[in-house]
Amino acid sequence: MDTLKESPSPCSSRHNSPRPAPCEMPATVGIEAVLDQLKIKAMKMGFEFNIMVVGQSGLGKSTMVNTLFKSKVWKSALPGPGVPTPQTLQLHSVSHVIEEKGLKLKLTVTDTPGFGDQINNDKCWEPILGYINEQYEQYLQEEILITRQRHIPDTRVHCCVYFVPPTGHCLRPLDIEFLQRLCQTVNVVPVIARADSLTIEEREAFRSRIQKDLKSHCIDVYPQKRFDEDPNDKILNSKIRERIPFAVVGADQEHVVNGRCVLGRKTNWGIIEVENMAHCEFPLLRDLLIRSHLQDLKDITHNIHYENYRVVRLNESHQLPRGPGWVNLAPVSLASTSAGQGWTYHS
Amino acid sequence: MSKPVFLSSHSFGDLTNESTASCHNEELRNLSLSGHVGFDSLPDQLVNKSTSQGFCFNILCVGETGIGKSTLMDTLFNTKFESDPATHNEPGVRLKARSYELQESNVRLKLTIVDTVGFGDQINKDDSYKPIVEYIDAQFEAYLQEELKIKRSLFNYHDTRIHACLYFIAPTGHSLKSLDLVTMKKLDSKVNIIPIIAKADTIAKNELHKFKSKIMSELVSNGVQIYQFPTDEETVAEINATMSVHLPFAVVGSTEEVKIGNKMAKARQYPWGVVQVENESHCDFVKLREMLIRVNMEDLREQTHARHYELYRRCKLEEMGFKDTDPDSKPFSLQETYEAKRNEFLGELQKKEEEMRQMFVMRVKEKEAELKEAEKELHEKFDLLKRTHQEEKKKVEDKKKELEDEVNNFQKKKAATQLLQSQAQQSGAQQTKKDKDKKNASFT
Repeated sequence: MDTLKESPSPCSSRHNSPRPAPCEMPATVGIEAVLDQLKIKAMKMGFEFNIMVVGQSGLGKSTMVNTLFKSKVWKSALPGPGVPTPQTLQLHSVSHVIEEKGLKLKLTVTDTPGFGDQINNDKCWEPILGYINEQYEQYLQEEILITRQRHIPDTRVHCCVYFVPPTGHCLRPLDIEFLQRLCQTVNVVPVIARADSLTIEEREAFRSRIQKDLKSHCIDVYPQKRFDEDPNDKILNSKIRERIPFAVVGADQEHVVNGRCVLGRKTNWGIIEVENMAHCEFPLLRDLLIRSHLQDLKDITHNIHYENYRVVRLNESHQLPRGPGWVNLAPVSLASTSAGQGWTYHS
Repeated sequence: MSKPVFLSSHSFGDLTNESTASCHNEELRNLSLSGHVGFDSLPDQLVNKSTSQGFCFNILCVGETGIGKSTLMDTLFNTKFESDPATHNEPGVRLKARSYELQESNVRLKLTIVDTVGFGDQINKDDSYKPIVEYIDAQFEAYLQEELKIKRSLFNYHDTRIHACLYFIAPTGHSLKSLDLVTMKKLDSKVNIIPIIAKADTIAKNELHKFKSKIMSELVSNGVQIYQFPTDEETVAEINATMSVHLPFAVVGSTEEVKIGNKMAKARQYPWGVVQVENESHCDFVKLREMLIRVNMEDLREQTHARHYELYRRCKLEEMGFKDTDPDSKPFSLQETYEAKRNEFLGELQKKEEEMRQMFVMRVKEKEAELKEAEKELHEKFDLLKRTHQEEKKKVEDKKKELEDEVNNFQKKKAATQLLQSQAQQSGAQQTKKDKDKKNASFT
């Protein structure tokens, strides 16, 4: 393979329009115009993002989602007093299309009311795992059709935000069980919910204990260390990993502080500003999920988690029945699947 | 569990009107944002990912030897790709692929240029298109194999599928050659064809216009589907529409620079003037570069993947016997079909093995029978010989006996004769003696 590196030629200023500049054009080929083409294509197709929030009731999941996307994603954020907590774990999905600066995003939020609320919470993660696997299954079925769609609708869960109750001590057994199982199937971002009940010192101590727990149980939360590709990513992600889990506060009401209108929670002793880094780490969560790593979340879901599911599924399809409750409990040992196992064509 | 209704994938505008009904109570509605969320950085995130991975672009150049394919590639990409000019003695058409890595600012492009060596040189050009079609299919096949693998890595797969086919039309000024028509017809469902008129500096302007319209009408009347520049996106619709009018692009390629005015420009120098490559009134090179690279590169790649590759995949899988629904209209899974086929295949194998075993056993039996026959024959022969031998022996004995008898007789006779003879002699001697005595006596 012959390799010829072209010396970077002086850039003609071409921002969004691919039209040629008038006659006095520097001798460029114009390959970088493909970036604009990509952007145009992406804008036309729109984006999809599926997020799941998991945690006990009352931890502020719905409020958090509303705060993240600055809109009333859930019609009623607070459950009325007459609404009983569900007896079993149910999954509840809502889809919206939100638009910003011409860019359309189809957002799907899946809530898990009833998680961890029962007296016996054994295997409460199974419906969740089942749901996640079911989305993978749907995608897989679409992908292996003979006549398939140009753009397969993506309902796979790209990110699962796990709300850790602010006990201040360490992770509970339920948390550890759940995180262990889910981190192998989906990107999990743990957050400390209702962080306004912890002081800064308590928060830091809690965080370091959680990090220790995560490490000792080999739970690899997002951003996963093993998927860091180039050194820039490593540096960026290490910084993020230092601060995981973020201590967040959710609020969807606006108050006036110093003449500014901010989102916050009003208490008798002060107003907790959600977007103030000194108060809570909500901006970090928002930046991670939306502004910097959204595409990365989707890529890891598609390239790694979905592929893992596919490998296991195609290998075991003759043993296990298909079905929504199919749960992947064992870690996928990729060494056991023979590499390069191809299809044999026989006419 | 009912599947959610699939939403139209082409424009998100449809989403506002659709309401999906499913067990999950999904409602799709436009939500108004009360502040800046920040996902407008998504295209940038996407682009960053792509730039770190790099892009692949593969061009196939189909045209006769010496029509200017290599020169045009050099001119297009502003660099000198090393290659020796092909000879005209190739026995058949073969495809030569070369890969290069180009970089412009922060975009890395893996460019593969595939050349048809020997196209149009043979006396019998019936099969000229076949190696080309085979090559294109082989690239699709490689991708399909990768996609169907159990453990696959599609995101860092080096895509070798042909994204654009530049078809070089010889500048005769009349019409398309039948070889061109046949080849283009075979290729139009497999690859994006962009026809171009090569060495356009040999055609005069007025002839060029007639030539172009003749070519386009011939393509249309023969049902050749060339690549349509997309006109559904507002930002590019206008430029694509204006450029499409000039198809096929009449290009001139040159890597040599000539001083024009006070600048150096790529041009071809003739005694009667200088043909400037990048002058739009001289040739359509700039239009080709615009269309191929600056405006539609991504669309070419997408069409290859979404249309041509899907068509190939569908045909290939159907050929193998996979279906999406069985006669009862229940969806099949590829995996089930595969299992079924696999079992079928194994069954067939077993049957064949049985057959072969049977045949083998039969053959062995036959051979045994033959051998037994032969053995019997041999025994019989041996017996026969033995008997003959015995008879002969007896005969010989008899004869021997006879002979002995004769000899005995003869001996007897001989003895008798000798006796007689000796007796005769003796009596004769006596007689003689007697006679003698008598004589003697008489004398006295």
